[in-house]
Formats: sequence, structure tokens, C-alpha cells
Amino acid sequence: MILQTVTKIVFFIILTFGVELFLSGHSNPGGGFIGGLVLSSAFVLLYLVYDIETVHRGTPFDFKRVAALGVLLAVGTGLLSFVFKLPFLTQATWVVDLPVFGETELGTMTIFEAGVALTVLGVVVTIILGISEDVE
Amino acid sequence: MLITILLAIFIPFIAACLVPLIHTFLTGRRIGWFVIAVPLILFILLFRLVPSLSDGTTYLYTFPWIPSAGVYFSTHVDGLSMIFALLITGIGSLVVLYSIYYLSEREAIGRFYTYLLLFMGAMLGVVLSDNLIVLYVFWELTSISSFLLIAFWYHRKQSRYGAKKSMLITVTGGIFMLAGFLMLYKITGTFSLQELIGMREIIAADSLFIPALLCVLLGAFTKSAQFPFHIWLPDAMEAPTPVSAYLHSATMVKAGIYLVARFTPVFAGHASWFYIVSCVGLLTMLWGSVNAVKQTDLKALLAFSTISQLGMIMSMLGIGSLAFASSESTHIALYTAATFAALFHLINHSTFKGSLFMVVGILDHQLGTRNINRLGGLATIMPITFTIALIGSFSMAGLPPFNGFLSKELFFEAMLSLRDANLLTMNSLALLFPIVAWIGSIFTFIYCMVIVFQSFMGRVPAPFPGQRPAHEAPIQMLIAPIVLGSLVLLIFFFPNTLGTYILGPAMLAVYPHLEQMEGLVPEIYAWHGWKLPIFMTLGVVIAGILMYRFLRYWKGVYRLGILQFTLDRFYNTFLMWTERMASVITKSYMTGSVRDYVAYIMLFFLAFIGIGLIGFQQFIFDFSNDAPVGSNESLIIFVMMCSSIAILFAKSRITAIILNGVLGYSIAILFVVFRAPDLALTQIIVETVTTVLFLLCFYYLPEWRSERQSASVRVRNGILAVASGVVVTVVALLVQGHSFYPSISTYYETTSRVLGGLNVVNTILGDFRAFDTMLEVLVLFIAGLGVYSLVKLRRKKGVDQPEEK
Repeated sequence: MILQTVTKIVFFIILTFGVELFLSGHSNPGGGFIGGLVLSSAFVLLYLVYDIETVHRGTPFDFKRVAALGVLLAVGTGLLSFVFKLPFLTQATWVVDLPVFGETELGTMTIFEAGVALTVLGVVVTIILGISEDVE
Repeated sequence: MLITILLAIFIPFIAACLVPLIHTFLTGRRIGWFVIAVPLILFILLFRLVPSLSDGTTYLYTFPWIPSAGVYFSTHVDGLSMIFALLITGIGSLVVLYSIYYLSEREAIGRFYTYLLLFMGAMLGVVLSDNLIVLYVFWELTSISSFLLIAFWYHRKQSRYGAKKSMLITVTGGIFMLAGFLMLYKITGTFSLQELIGMREIIAADSLFIPALLCVLLGAFTKSAQFPFHIWLPDAMEAPTPVSAYLHSATMVKAGIYLVARFTPVFAGHASWFYIVSCVGLLTMLWGSVNAVKQTDLKALLAFSTISQLGMIMSMLGIGSLAFASSESTHIALYTAATFAALFHLINHSTFKGSLFMVVGILDHQLGTRNINRLGGLATIMPITFTIALIGSFSMAGLPPFNGFLSKELFFEAMLSLRDANLLTMNSLALLFPIVAWIGSIFTFIYCMVIVFQSFMGRVPAPFPGQRPAHEAPIQMLIAPIVLGSLVLLIFFFPNTLGTYILGPAMLAVYPHLEQMEGLVPEIYAWHGWKLPIFMTLGVVIAGILMYRFLRYWKGVYRLGILQFTLDRFYNTFLMWTERMASVITKSYMTGSVRDYVAYIMLFFLAFIGIGLIGFQQFIFDFSNDAPVGSNESLIIFVMMCSSIAILFAKSRITAIILNGVLGYSIAILFVVFRAPDLALTQIIVETVTTVLFLLCFYYLPEWRSERQSASVRVRNGILAVASGVVVTVVALLVQGHSFYPSISTYYETTSRVLGGLNVVNTILGDFRAFDTMLEVLVLFIAGLGVYSLVKLRRKKGVDQPEEK
């Protein structure tokens, strides 16, 4: 019970941490790979604490698809550069003034990294789920 | 123009992707109406190019693809490509129309059309591309789609066998062809066909000329089912009949013909090209026609007849190549006429053989059999089908008033033209060519009679189990063969329209050096006067009728000549032997034990690095730049050492896992101490996730005790482990001592600021080496799917399922 209660809170902390790691990756330690791993560890924690069915109800999406989406994003940003007649996977950045965040850099690299993060998340959770479902 | 050509290549692929989507609301066979639009529209679009092509215009467009390797996505359209493109789209439309009613609603229709469109796009790619690498890619894609289509009814063992056979043979040929292309690249430095043609002399003078020629021909012969590679075609008949009509008689098998015609300007002029192409062609023609006569399955009969006809076209192309070796204009005109005849017959063959395949499909569909012993007397029951069959077979037999008669006459003429060819020192052979051609034609005549008379005439045979009552096919199924049948007649009456607009430009595309010559395109006449060809045709008819009448008496001969079976048996034995050997070799090292695999990796590592180290003898240790070892680090390293040694003596697996974890986390702390937060973070998370994984797998692992091995194995593993450790340590220490190159990190540090990223590691991952990262992501994904499907598959099979025990 204690673990479950703690998890309810910690889950979101880990998730936030994962996203933070992912976003800060451009300038600080972090990035897509680590972000994805942290996110997946959050889910793994959920699965460890609750049973699979409960978590499935809470997260109504297929992690295989998450991984596929990630690959699509990563390859897609590369293909995007073809539209601008640049070599494959050329990344671009824009510095934009956003109302709340102030001066922010928006880069296609973030999308690419998001692809990496989603793939890592999807694959890790798929593998762990696949094996653990087999156990039960 | 450009847009038409690009559309022609890409629309089928796009449509193939859309089929599954559209199939959800255009259910059942109605999806066919979407599919048929593709070849039909393309046919019309391409046909609009015909007038400009007949003026001798060609279209060449190039986009860089991998320019550093000489690979350009370039398309080239001339008369030769156009013939094939029109055949692919034209016959394609008819075949799709026919298939709409041929396939039953219960079949996986969506899958069928996806493959068919895939094939169509690939085939158009083959004939429209100019770059050899692009051509090769499309070429193999046709093999793959053919494989998928033959195995369409994959629950049948014979289908799978036939699919595999065709794939193995054509892809092997394809790889040889690729080797030939690479040789040509080595000689000339270009993959462009048009540029290659311009460099004929350079190619002919090179020592790689003959190997390249042989390799390219191997590709063409395997694809076009030439002797002795023809064995895959009869087995490919397991495919649904529309596929047989389309791929295995009208288009794909003609890719080899296309290749030979395309490469004629490159290789022709050398005697070996002429000899190989024409002799293999003639032999195939004879072999195919002789074997066709003994078949009882109508489709197998048509398969052998296709082989024979392909051989006939091939042999004409061989004779056509002589035009490059001769200088006299009268001779040139004779030989170019052979190529003209080849192209003419190519079209004719597609029309009559297409209609015949459709007829056989109708018989199979309506009666449930295509065995000629079970057919008979259908002429009155199925009059339309009978008429089409009659037109198709008589045209194939070379009788007037059908188009096959015209091309057969031209064929004989081409063979006879060799009498004048004293340029390649073949006077004695010159006589043999027409004779072989004549004998082949007699057998062709016989099997054509078999098709018509044994399935449609005579009395109705005794009923057999599973027979359906015979009646005429629905009109929707008849439209396509009727169109083809009328083409057979139309071409006979107006051959010169075809000749001027389509065959002429195509022929000139084979002879780019003869462009200035006037009047090369011959006129086609049904009546040549009392010359040798017409006597040969008469001879064929008389001998053919006689032999057909007495077929029953001499058919026993076939029991003697069983080379066909030995060829097939050779293929089967070879395959079985390869499989057995491969399994023996693989089993010898794939033990299934992870420990062994790790040992292999370590061994390789030791051999590679260790021997390299000893070989170079560059042991320079430089400790001057090293940081002093503080108490923090010593403590952590002491912990690591303790835990790693303790693992060796762990009494249970859980202890070992925990100790391993300690090791991992200590490394992470070490990273923190050395101010590498990125690495530390990654290390911590990876360590966590692996530990979780380990715990999950825990359940499956066998008893700790049972994994104990014998002393010798442990000693071996110990030595390996210690040696690896020593090598790693030595390498790590050596790295500091050598600096051949300046460090690259300053470059990254300065440029990554430009790109806006302050984290150099991530800028490298996401930008400088983004390609690597992308592929890694892809590999990770594939590995994930692999693990997932392995786990799922095992559960489905119920093998080792814990709860069942």
C-alpha cells in the first residue's frame, strides 16, 4: 500500500524528470536516450507496483506503436530536409520569443531527439512487458 | 514528359500502399476497379508519348541519388522502353480486369493487388531507368514480387516450392548481373546505360569484357527462363492464372529479353555475344517446344510454350546483334530485320499467349480442371472461349490470318539470313540454325493443336470427382481475352501501323549507331511470294498435322528422354545438400549457450587487438598527463574490485545480480567524480533497467547449481577473462601515450555553439552523427520487435509454458 501511494506521486516526478532531462538535453546533461530511459523506468515502476491490467487501463496505448512513432519521427525529420533540398538529416534551429519561456531555441533536433526518446521508451517497455506477461 | 515518366514509375507503388486502406471501404472484388485505373491511366499517358518517340526523340532525366557512387536516379525513354512500358500497362489493365472476376471473394484480394501493383511499378522501373544500379534494384523487386505472387496460395506446398525456386534462380542471376554491372563500372566509371553505349570500343578492349558479358547474360537468361535455367517457369505456374498470364508470359520473363536488347549496342559485335544469345535462344526454343507436347496440364503446356517462344525471341536478338559486326548495308538491313522481328514477336506473343492463359484460367475456373485428359468437346458448350483459344493457338502455330504468322515468317527469314553471314566464320553452322528453328516450329505447331483439339474437340470424357457442370464463362471474364484475341487479328491486318510507330523506334534504339541510315524499318507483308520462308511454313504445317495425327504412336519417345527430370533433380539435390551442409556448419558453433557466444566474442577481441598490439610493438606508456589518484577514487575502485571478485564466489544468483549492480553503480559514481554527468546519468538508468530485466528473466533461468561446468571449461574461461582484462587495461593505458592526430573535441566545441546546442555530446548525437543515431534507433526498434515476437511466438506455441506444466 505504501509503495502504491508513493508510486502514485513518484511516477509523476519521474515522468517530469524524464521530460526535463529530454528537453534540457540540448544544452545540459540529458537528451533523448536518457530521457526515454527515465520515462520507461517510470512505467516499469508502475508495472512493478500495480498489476498489468490496472496499468493498461491507465495507459490505453500500445508501446509497440510508441516505438514505431519514434522511429517515424526520427526518420521523418531527416526526410524533412529533402523538402528544403538539404542533405539528409540536416538539423535547423530557430530562436523564438515565446510569451512564458522567454527567448527559446526551437530546433528540429528536438523532434529528432523526441523520436529517439519515444523509441527507447517504446522498446524498453515492450520488451519488459513481453517478458513479464510471459511470466504470469 | 518528365512527369509522365515519374508517374509511371511511382504511381503503382503509391497505389500499392493505398490498396489496404481503400480496401476497407471498397470491399470485396470492387477494389479491383481502383487498381485497374492505375495501368489504364498510365497506358494512356504513355501512349501519348508514342508520336514523338517515333520521330526518334528520346527523353533522359537525371536526379542525383548517391552521386558519390555514380548512382543517379535517371530515367530514359526511347522506343524500346516504350514497347515494354506499353505491354506492362496494357496487358496489366486487361489482367486486372480479368482477375476481378477470376478471384473469389474469399481470397486475400487486397494482398493480391498490392503485390501486383508492386510488380507493375518495379517492372516499369526496370524498363524506364537508365542507371544500372537503379535498374538492378527494380529488377530484384520484380523477382520479389513474383515470389510473393507465386506463393499467393501459400498453404499449398507446391506454391511455396515454385516460389522459392523462381526466387532462388532469378535472384542468383540478378546478383551475377549486378557483378556484370560493377565490372562495366570498373571499365568505364559510369552506371549510365546511354554513356556505356557511347563507350563501346573502350569496353570491348578491356580484359573484363567477356566476364561482364557473361554475367549480364546470366541475369537475362535466368529471368527469361532460358535453358538450362528454365526449370523455374513450369513450377511458377502454381500462381493464380492472371499472374501467370501477366508475369510469367507477358512481362516479367521478357525482362531478360529487354536486357539483352538494351545491352546489344554495348556488347554486340563480339562473336561470343552472337553465339551465346542465338544458340541458347534456339536451344531453349527447341527444348521448350519438345517438352510442351508431352504436358497434360494445360498450364504446364503453356509454360513450356512460353519458354520456347522466349527462346525464339532471344535467338532473333542474337542474329540481330550481327548488324554491329558487318559493314555492308544490305547485310545490316538483314540483321536489323531480325531484331525487328524479335520485337514484333514480343508483342504478338504477349497478345496470343495472354489470351491463351486467360482461356486456360476460364477452363480451370468453370470446370475445376486443366488436365487435357479430362477435357474435351467443349467447343459447342463454350463457343466464345473456344474461338479465343482457336485464335490464340493458331497464331502461336504461325498460321494466317493471325499475327503469329507474320512474325514466324520473319523468324524464318532471320534464320535464313545467316546464310550470307560469312563474317563470323560460321558457314557450316549457318545451315543448322534454320533446321533447328524449323524443327522447333513443328513441335510448336503440334502443341498448339493439342490445346485446341484435345480440350475443345472430341467427345466429352468421363466425369471426374469435383467436376463442375460446363457452361460459358461470364462475359466479364471474357472481355480481356476477347480484346487480346481481336488484337491478334488486328495486328495481322495492320502490321505496319505497329511497325512504324512502335517497332521502328524500338529497333532503332537497339542500333544507335545506325540512326542516319534510311529505310531500315522494314515493311511487313503477309505475302512474300514463293520464297523459302513460305515453304518452311508449309512444311511445318504438313509435318505438324501428320505428327499430331500420329502423336499417340510416338509419344512413348518422351519416356526415354528424361533430361528434364535430371535438371530438376539436380536443382533439388543441390538445394538439399546446401541446406544440410549449412545446418551442420551452423550447429557446430551455434550451441545455444550464451556463455559460448561470449567466449567467441572475447576470442575475436583478443585475437584482433591482442595480436595487433604485439605486432606493432608500440608500448609507450605516458603517465605525465594523468590526474593524481585521490582517496575517493581509490575507495570506489576498492569497492568495485571487491564486488567483482565476490561475484565469482556468489552462492546464489540473486547475490551475483546485486553484486553486479554494485559494480555498475560504482562506475556511475566514478563518472560523477570525474565530472561526466551525462555518462553517470546514463549508467545509473541503464543499470536500473537492466536489473529490472534481470529480475524478470530470473524466473526462466535454470538452477544456479546446474550451470556448473567442468574444470577445463572453467580454466579456459578464466584464461579468456584475464586475458581480455589485461588487453583492455593495456589499451587504456596506451591511449594516453599516443597522439597521432590532434583531438577532435575542439572542433565540436566551437561548431556546436553555432548550432545552438551547449551540450556537445548531444549535438554530436543529434546533428553531427545524426545518421548513426537514426540507424541505432532503427536497430533498437527492430531488436525490440524481435524480442517481443520471439516471446509471443513461444507463448502461442505453448512450448515450455510454465502454467501448463
